Amino acid sequence: MHNRRSMQALSIRNLSKTYANGVTALRGIDLDVAEGDFFALLGPNGAGKSTAIGIVTSLVNKTGGTVEVFGHNIETELEKAKACIGVVPQEINLNQWDTVYNCVYNPAGFYGLSAKRSRIRTETCLRELQLWERRDETARNLSGGMKRRLMIARALVHKPKLLILDEPTAGVDIEIRRSMWDFLRHINQKGTTIILTTHYLEEAENLCRHVGIIDDGRIVENDRMSAVLRKLHQEVFLLNLEESVPADFQLQGFSSTVVNENEIEVEMHKGTSLNQLFKALSAAGINVTSMRNKTNRLEELFMRLVERREDERTREVTEPEQRI
Amino acid sequence: MQTRGQLRALKTIARKETVRILRIWIQTIVPPVITMTLYFVIFGNLIGRRIGDMGGFDYMQYMAPGLIMMSVISNSYGNVVSSFFGAKFQGHLQEMIVAPMQTWVIILGHVVGGVIRGLSVGLVVTIVALFFTHLEVQHPLTAISILVLTSVVFSLGGMINAIFATKFDDISIIPTFVLGPLTYLGGVFYTIALLPDFWAKVSAFNPILYMVNGFRYGVLGVSDIDIGMAFAVILVFLALAFATCFYLISRGIGIRE
Repeated sequence: MHNRRSMQALSIRNLSKTYANGVTALRGIDLDVAEGDFFALLGPNGAGKSTAIGIVTSLVNKTGGTVEVFGHNIETELEKAKACIGVVPQEINLNQWDTVYNCVYNPAGFYGLSAKRSRIRTETCLRELQLWERRDETARNLSGGMKRRLMIARALVHKPKLLILDEPTAGVDIEIRRSMWDFLRHINQKGTTIILTTHYLEEAENLCRHVGIIDDGRIVENDRMSAVLRKLHQEVFLLNLEESVPADFQLQGFSSTVVNENEIEVEMHKGTSLNQLFKALSAAGINVTSMRNKTNRLEELFMRLVERREDERTREVTEPEQRI
Repeated sequence: MQTRGQLRALKTIARKETVRILRIWIQTIVPPVITMTLYFVIFGNLIGRRIGDMGGFDYMQYMAPGLIMMSVISNSYGNVVSSFFGAKFQGHLQEMIVAPMQTWVIILGHVVGGVIRGLSVGLVVTIVALFFTHLEVQHPLTAISILVLTSVVFSLGGMINAIFATKFDDISIIPTFVLGPLTYLGGVFYTIALLPDFWAKVSAFNPILYMVNGFRYGVLGVSDIDIGMAFAVILVFLALAFATCFYLISRGIGIRE
């Protein structure tokens, strides 16, 4: 584990949740998110991410464990904990009949801001999210991307110290997604701690400094993004070649596959430098015009962790039968 | 959040609810006015003439306080049940749940909305009534107190309905099968002195009877029920409804998973 000296924005201990229908969503998770961090909470569908976020934001009742937000326990100091949090839920949950302005102005009042302060903050947030010009329109007239931005503006209106985003860029086009990334980086640099869940692992790799991977209600990985990525034993690169190569071509010292006559795929094991790769390419008389990483590194790691957990679960189920 | 912050949050919910009522005035204010006008025309003017006096007043005069109370009850209830369930259904109720508002603020904010709509419709129905009959308020303070307290009780009732509702059908069941019959049997159109002894005793279990008669006492000075008893019944129901709402919302029943 990495060393985190600053205050914990979020501290979760032994958090568990079993729903009324008997489904156990969380099995005693521990999680710390340091103040100022940009933290990715990843996991497959149904892993327990949204349940964990729901408990932190008081939308879901927990079964056991403790949650502290900036030192405020959600059981004993719920109001103080809530005041620290801004949340952008996965589903669009705006009042579709309200104006864009009121969608942000009213929640400011819910957090106890004065009318004057609410007006100032509403204008600031709507301008930052490029929605000020649309302030008099009803929320239902906005595009999907604009609605997502409006939910971010709403979550920021009371200047939360911790912003929780549950798949904020789902269904958003690439251009808007990139501009949202820039905005999130900007507010993180200004001091807002951010917890992000996303299915776009590229998004997590680009934005986040720490990552927690949750699967089947358990934390299976929790470390610095760089440390997590270092755990990968191999990466696959796609090389575009100046001249064509035969179909049975093998690069000396590497495991390689010919994709087509001008493209090969090379597996690089941990500890192998790119210099060694280029030395081998030069020795083979091959000129490379371009290269790219074939897989998203985090995605690959994520898949491995999830698959490993799946194997363990399968063994847990089958082994007792084998003993019989 | 300090008390000042809680009051700001309360003001915000009340303002939001008022804006909603005014935004959809064609759904919130106009229909009850049309319905009540028809009651005055058909039951009061056409049929009422043949009925003659009731409780010492002409039938139109006797019926008017009951119709005003009926519109206040149905609109207070209807406002909160539709607003709260709408917020739950669209998901924006979460805005309030995640905010550091105390439970009483969420309840009172919605009750204020229900009372504003109930009393607004009640006022317009009163104006309509004055086109048909003469009303001279005998005990203004009693009339206003009963009206406001009843509006609060049914606003809370609407909130309880909305908390348990999971689909739109659920918010029309209680008004159709419980509230409507109780109102019609609650002395809006008649004095229970007309009923056989058994049914008069059964009527005593209908809380709306106390509300309608309490208000009628305030306006006309006559009532089938002792006014002290009317206040007591209303206050008991108010306390029960508030306690139920407080328990449900603070426990997250129907609004949290």
